[in-house]
Amino acid sequence: MQERIKAKAIELLESGVCGRVLGWKTGEFFYDVTPAVFESREEIERDFVFGPFCGANLSKYLIAESRKGGKVGAFLKPCDTYSFQQLQKEHRILPENVYAVGVQCGGMCDIDAIRAAGIKGVLDVEEQGDSLLVHTLYGDKSLDRAAALSERCRVCKSKKILGCAELIGEQGEEQPSARFEQVAELEAMTPEERFAFWRGELSRCIRCNACRNVCPACSCEKCVFDNPSSGAENKAPANSFEENLFHIIRAFHVAGRCTDCGECSRVCPQHIPLHLLNRKFIKDINELYGPYQAGADMDAKPPLVNFQADDPEPSVVRERGTNP
Amino acid sequence: MQKIGVFVCWCGSNIAATVDVQAVSDALAREPGVVFSTNYQYMCSQAGQDMIQEKIRELGLTGVVVCSCSPRMHEATFRKACEKAGLNPYMVEIANIREQCSWIHKDKLSGTEKAVLLGKAAVAKVHLNTPLTAGESPVTKRALVIGGGIAGIQTALDIAEAGFPVDIVEKKPTIGGKMTQIDKTFPTLDCAACILTPKMVDAAQNENINILSYSEVEAVKGFVGNFTVTIRRKARFVDETKCTGCGLCTEKCPQKKVPNEFNLGLDTRRAIYIPFAQAVPKAAAIDPNYCTMLKTGKCGVCSKVCTVGAIDYQQKDELLEREYGAIVAATGFEPISMDKFDEFAYSQSPDVVTSLEFERLMNAAGPTGGTLLRPSDGTHPHTLVFVQCVGSRCDGGEKGKPYCSKICCMYTAKHAMLTREKYPDTEVYVFYIDVRTPGKNFDEFYRRAVEEYGVHYVKGMVGKVVPENGKLKVQASDLLGGQQLHIDADMVVLAAAVEPDKSARPLATMLTASMDTNDFFTEAHPKLRPVESPTAGVFLSGACQGPKDIPETVAQAGAAAAKVIGLLSKDRLTCNPCVARSDELMCNGCSACEKVCPYGAITYIDKEFRGPNRTTLLRRVAQVNPAVCQGCGACTVACPSGAMDLQGFSNAQIMAEVDAICK
Repeated sequence: MQERIKAKAIELLESGVCGRVLGWKTGEFFYDVTPAVFESREEIERDFVFGPFCGANLSKYLIAESRKGGKVGAFLKPCDTYSFQQLQKEHRILPENVYAVGVQCGGMCDIDAIRAAGIKGVLDVEEQGDSLLVHTLYGDKSLDRAAALSERCRVCKSKKILGCAELIGEQGEEQPSARFEQVAELEAMTPEERFAFWRGELSRCIRCNACRNVCPACSCEKCVFDNPSSGAENKAPANSFEENLFHIIRAFHVAGRCTDCGECSRVCPQHIPLHLLNRKFIKDINELYGPYQAGADMDAKPPLVNFQADDPEPSVVRERGTNP
Repeated sequence: MQKIGVFVCWCGSNIAATVDVQAVSDALAREPGVVFSTNYQYMCSQAGQDMIQEKIRELGLTGVVVCSCSPRMHEATFRKACEKAGLNPYMVEIANIREQCSWIHKDKLSGTEKAVLLGKAAVAKVHLNTPLTAGESPVTKRALVIGGGIAGIQTALDIAEAGFPVDIVEKKPTIGGKMTQIDKTFPTLDCAACILTPKMVDAAQNENINILSYSEVEAVKGFVGNFTVTIRRKARFVDETKCTGCGLCTEKCPQKKVPNEFNLGLDTRRAIYIPFAQAVPKAAAIDPNYCTMLKTGKCGVCSKVCTVGAIDYQQKDELLEREYGAIVAATGFEPISMDKFDEFAYSQSPDVVTSLEFERLMNAAGPTGGTLLRPSDGTHPHTLVFVQCVGSRCDGGEKGKPYCSKICCMYTAKHAMLTREKYPDTEVYVFYIDVRTPGKNFDEFYRRAVEEYGVHYVKGMVGKVVPENGKLKVQASDLLGGQQLHIDADMVVLAAAVEPDKSARPLATMLTASMDTNDFFTEAHPKLRPVESPTAGVFLSGACQGPKDIPETVAQAGAAAAKVIGLLSKDRLTCNPCVARSDELMCNGCSACEKVCPYGAITYIDKEFRGPNRTTLLRRVAQVNPAVCQGCGACTVACPSGAMDLQGFSNAQIMAEVDAICK
């Protein structure tokens, strides 16, 4: 797969379709793969990687790249294409300046999942069909790929590639996913238990802003948290809980636009399950206004900025009142 | 720093009785920026306004806070007063310490505490106020009347008389509404058709009135003075301009078994029909649910007999878009369904009828030609039982309606009287909870029914009606006599409660006009603005606002027309300057605001911005048309980056108010 993608990237550059291509290259560690822009065959041959750790969603980078003049090529995994389409709907990506190539994906791995499987001293990971060959300090070990998948890939909602000029690999389909199970568990808690859960999780936040910076939906020209006139910037929090509200506000700001790509949780250095906040919104929207997947349909009207006479009028107060 | 004056009103004892006004003005005097604080008995009086003006001039106030009644009541008063003294009117803030404070508190301590907080919030907001200037918008000098019953016809006639063009949109093939189905009218007993049909003809002939029959309002956009309305002209499959109303087609149509809604299904009509003899427009319509030609493509009789070639089976619904300056809702009422009242055996016996059906049975143009006959066997009834309040004044309102339908007492008295007059051999019983007859000559009318016509009025409700051997066994209680009554009746007439027409609710949504829990339109003020809806430019006429008889409906229709004429006679309207504004530096161009804007006030332009390193960036940014924006604030909530803000109600101002209260 990696070789096919690299060949395509070189072809795009050399045929003049694109002036540069957006892909992935290895960072400090083999599992630390970062987005990168390639402008020559040499760079691609030397640095371009596509493997089980290319989780980074490249669509957000197209906001800036599509405005730099000339055409940019981009390799997008199925879930990235949802963000790609959503950002086009919001007029953030200029589609005429993008040549998107869809890349089918077998699910991305999580180094922590490999470590959790009891494998220590990992040096490198090699894909071997449905399993992974893990080179470690203590010799090679084999691991089922399914066991090494990140949470978001274990509950993958769709292998469908949307809005790309061409595909590498097979076109896939939307698939049943258990992604709301954990949300349902949280919903089943009492308000006190739920509050305690989130206090526990969010108390670890160090406000590094990685979640915001990686999130394709968080792409405002100026974030309210950086805006001096918003009243939220540089405001000394009264207590740690006020600081944690950052995540709640962020979840509100991306509600209805979040495609559930899961990047927020992937990049969180504190392992806070931030995606659960967004999934709660998605689940609520699905239940109240009918199934809606942000980015799936270029023409669908987002339910939160649309009004129909038969819209339900959920009352938080009323529903809380009936909650046992 | 602003120089703020605080003026606390006693409102006589309305505020002063539960709020310590002296303590409020003292507390607010200590707020930052407040240079003057006082209290006075009636701030809205001339003396009170003079005091505010004097202090603006004397102290050079830059902001004014009036702690008084709701801004709905006197904000305009105080703004005007301050403007006269040279202060921008939008530098005035009202703290509502009456409706939201003194009236709902009994304890003076807590009332005072809350009044101080509300005052502090207003002071905090004034600090961030900026002078605003109102623009102007033009007025489209045409009115739309929705509903062509007596209310709509009267409103349209009055508006047209003043020289303004007006369109009537009526969903049925003819105008006239419920009044066309009524036989006689109380309290004078003149025939409804005799007084209504001349008005219908007047409306049709008035050159300022355009009747859009068999049409429905599909969408409403815009705002006062500038509405754009989409109207669906339903296909009637007959060319209205060609049809002469000769009625030949309605005689030859082979499909004879269509329930005739004009006679409430008591007889039948053809698939092509003219609703009744005096219909306006006098043009036939084809009922697509029954027409054999439209359903199977085989028939075409009406087309063959029509001498002017008016039949057009290919006709399609048409969408019409028109501009209006004012809209009048006159959607009227319907009697409620009798499904939930099976104790009266309405579904079991055709001889149990509603009062409106009874009107048709008494009417010369009705199914019996005006002779009162039992629907079941066509015989003359001897004993009639009238039941009042069927579905009206129902406790809890699960089965019926909690309100009094207002017209039933009078029409039941009318029915009883007419029955006794035409058929002196009948026994007529009326069961009632109360007889309510306020209105000119109304009580006299009811007393005549009892005293001159010998109608048996019995206080009490009918418990059960059982059809048995061609009779209706009526079991009822006589509360004054303290006994149970068993009457063998030939007919039972139910005075069904009235409810707003089903089309009113979706219409209210389109008009953004508010409704009460019973789906009656809400007036802007129940006493002082009874024909205006709270939405500017939308007016109310007739029973869509509440149950009404004909005299009252006509009076309200005229009043609504007067308000419309007042609006249309203006050339320009002053706009509200509290409209949205987008900060282009922060705008993402994502279109969220455009999607939620109910007025279509937001457009996008590509604008050049300076980028880093002397580059320019072309960015898509939102722009608000201040003449179209109504300041609802939906865009400010939808905007993810906070670029959209409402002037006069900015996010920062609201946060300052919240902070002032929570500090």
